[in-house]
Amino acid sequence: MPRSFSPKVITANALLEGDAVWLTEANTWTRDISEAELLTDEAHADLRLLEAQSRVDEIAGAYLADAKAGEAGPEPTHFREAFRTRGPSNYAHGKQAELS
Amino acid sequence: MYTYTDFDEAFVRSRVAQFRGQVERRIDGSLTEDEFKPLRLMNGLYLQLHAYMLRVAVPYGTLNPAQMRQLAYIADRWDKGYGHFTTRQNIQYNWPKLQDVPDMLEALADVGMHAIQTSGNTIRNVTADHFAGAAADEIEDPRPVAELLRQWSTDHPEFQFLPRKFKIAVTGAEHDRAVTKAHDIGLRMVRNDAGEPGFEVIVGGGLGRTPMVGKVLRAFLPKADLLPYCEAIVSVYNLLGRRDNKYKARIKITVHENGLEKIQELVEERFAAIRAGFTGHDQALLAEIEAAFAPPAFVTKSTDGYEAARLANPAFRSWTDTNLADHKADGYAIVSISIKKHGSTPGDATSDQMRVMADLAEEYGHGELRISHEQNVILPHVHKADLAKVYAALREADLATANIGLASDIIACPGMDYCALATARSIPIAQEIATRFDELKIEHEIGQLKIKISGCINACGHHHVGHIGILGLDRAGIENYQITLGGDGTETTTIGERAGPGFSAEEIVPAIERLVTGYLGLRTDAGETFLQTYRRLGMEPFKAILYPAEDKANAA
Repeated sequence: MPRSFSPKVITANALLEGDAVWLTEANTWTRDISEAELLTDEAHADLRLLEAQSRVDEIAGAYLADAKAGEAGPEPTHFREAFRTRGPSNYAHGKQAELS
Repeated sequence: MYTYTDFDEAFVRSRVAQFRGQVERRIDGSLTEDEFKPLRLMNGLYLQLHAYMLRVAVPYGTLNPAQMRQLAYIADRWDKGYGHFTTRQNIQYNWPKLQDVPDMLEALADVGMHAIQTSGNTIRNVTADHFAGAAADEIEDPRPVAELLRQWSTDHPEFQFLPRKFKIAVTGAEHDRAVTKAHDIGLRMVRNDAGEPGFEVIVGGGLGRTPMVGKVLRAFLPKADLLPYCEAIVSVYNLLGRRDNKYKARIKITVHENGLEKIQELVEERFAAIRAGFTGHDQALLAEIEAAFAPPAFVTKSTDGYEAARLANPAFRSWTDTNLADHKADGYAIVSISIKKHGSTPGDATSDQMRVMADLAEEYGHGELRISHEQNVILPHVHKADLAKVYAALREADLATANIGLASDIIACPGMDYCALATARSIPIAQEIATRFDELKIEHEIGQLKIKISGCINACGHHHVGHIGILGLDRAGIENYQITLGGDGTETTTIGERAGPGFSAEEIVPAIERLVTGYLGLRTDAGETFLQTYRRLGMEPFKAILYPAEDKANAA
């Protein structure tokens, strides 16, 4: 039995603004995690990460983050990743302000 | 105050131009992030959770009004209209865009400021007693020495790639307000038997994952030997410090692993070798710097109006009771402006507030402002006759909170609301604790209490030296907060002891409330502070208060 692979999304910081972005199936970077590609196969995920990391003039620090399938698309499973979808809790700054 | 020479100005401008080119090459893709990262860190630019963060040096915490206004301008023009004052007397902007950072640095250079060596494995901003030049208990103003160290350490060719970051703090007073024993080098001004001022040199202090209280390397160092001696210390550390393990790379570990005696031997040997190279130019420079820090022209006027205003206005009286400190000049007071309004983010000031503080410094404060490591702003020289006017203006600007040194005067690191290294949030915990104590209206009754919160083991929030320390951790994907007790960051520096299992985000504020109200029942009288009670009774009674259910279980 291959060891189980928990689903992932590829995330990074946008080069100019520094805010959180996620990689979509169409190879674009989205500001909304629900539009990200949910990766369920480890080998495919590793390949996608290599591709993402090569896009040096668009993003910085790409990595695989745990996620799960939600009704509207991928959702974060860890609180750190959840904060990255919203912004800080002390001010309505960042994504929570831009998306509302 | 020190003002830039032509040399300083040209140096800072050339660094801005270099960085502008580096940013351009990063944006067009000719530099990768791995190549760019060390370059941006050398200029104080971090990439955090939601955005870049620019950390600007406020050398030894001293600012003039023009500089404070420029910080406000930068906040409005390129950020979100506020700045965050840090525990190393710096200011951080949380939302700069990469392409704007060179312009921000240019704007800083316009007022003699920069962000050089606010990150990376170099000698960082030299911090000092925030009451420097004003405190009644001071031997000498430590800032000229801090400025000398700043000039020496900036771009020092030998020390640009140290094993790890290196922090120096200086105090000129007996009472240590600069946490010197928790720095890589702490310099405490003392007098020798002949009455001459010099330094007690402390080495190897630090917080973080392995907290250590600094050890005395030299009980008395003549002032004239300061630069060669510091150079000898950093030089020995540069060669001896570990580069194989990031967590064992700070000088505190070097001292711990090699022993103080061995370090002493090596430093004295190196000092003897390089001392002759310092032929007196540093002392001539120091004399010039000292002249730039000459005390302001203090005035003499009646303080009758001050006493009358105190009697007439209880809110003003309460503020003067908590937010003033003794000044060395007759008729003057040191004003601490609390940047810790109950429920707000510790250390955050809006651009409007910055401008108000700059105006007050100009009009009533001999043109000086300080940032404290406790994340407040200081007007070091205010005549008591002007205090009522200063208070009224601060009140207008929502800056008149009377809580300096009290339960709600909390140090908190940015935590997981901003920081990429954090394991839990700190700011909301600080906000909730302050709000709760304000609701209870008991913080004046509680008296002196230092609560310090860090959102990870790196301890930027100084939790190890809080009377009550709170450390936020990630326990199996949930925020969890550990409490330490009995820490102290003054001349009697002590690392706090862990009280027991951590608390969830929902449990931590009630736990702190239980602890503090429990202390009220344990103290001998209102004069015994939380720390004194802890020292008298030890951990047990506090543990019983924190974990009542377990106490019952044990008794059963």
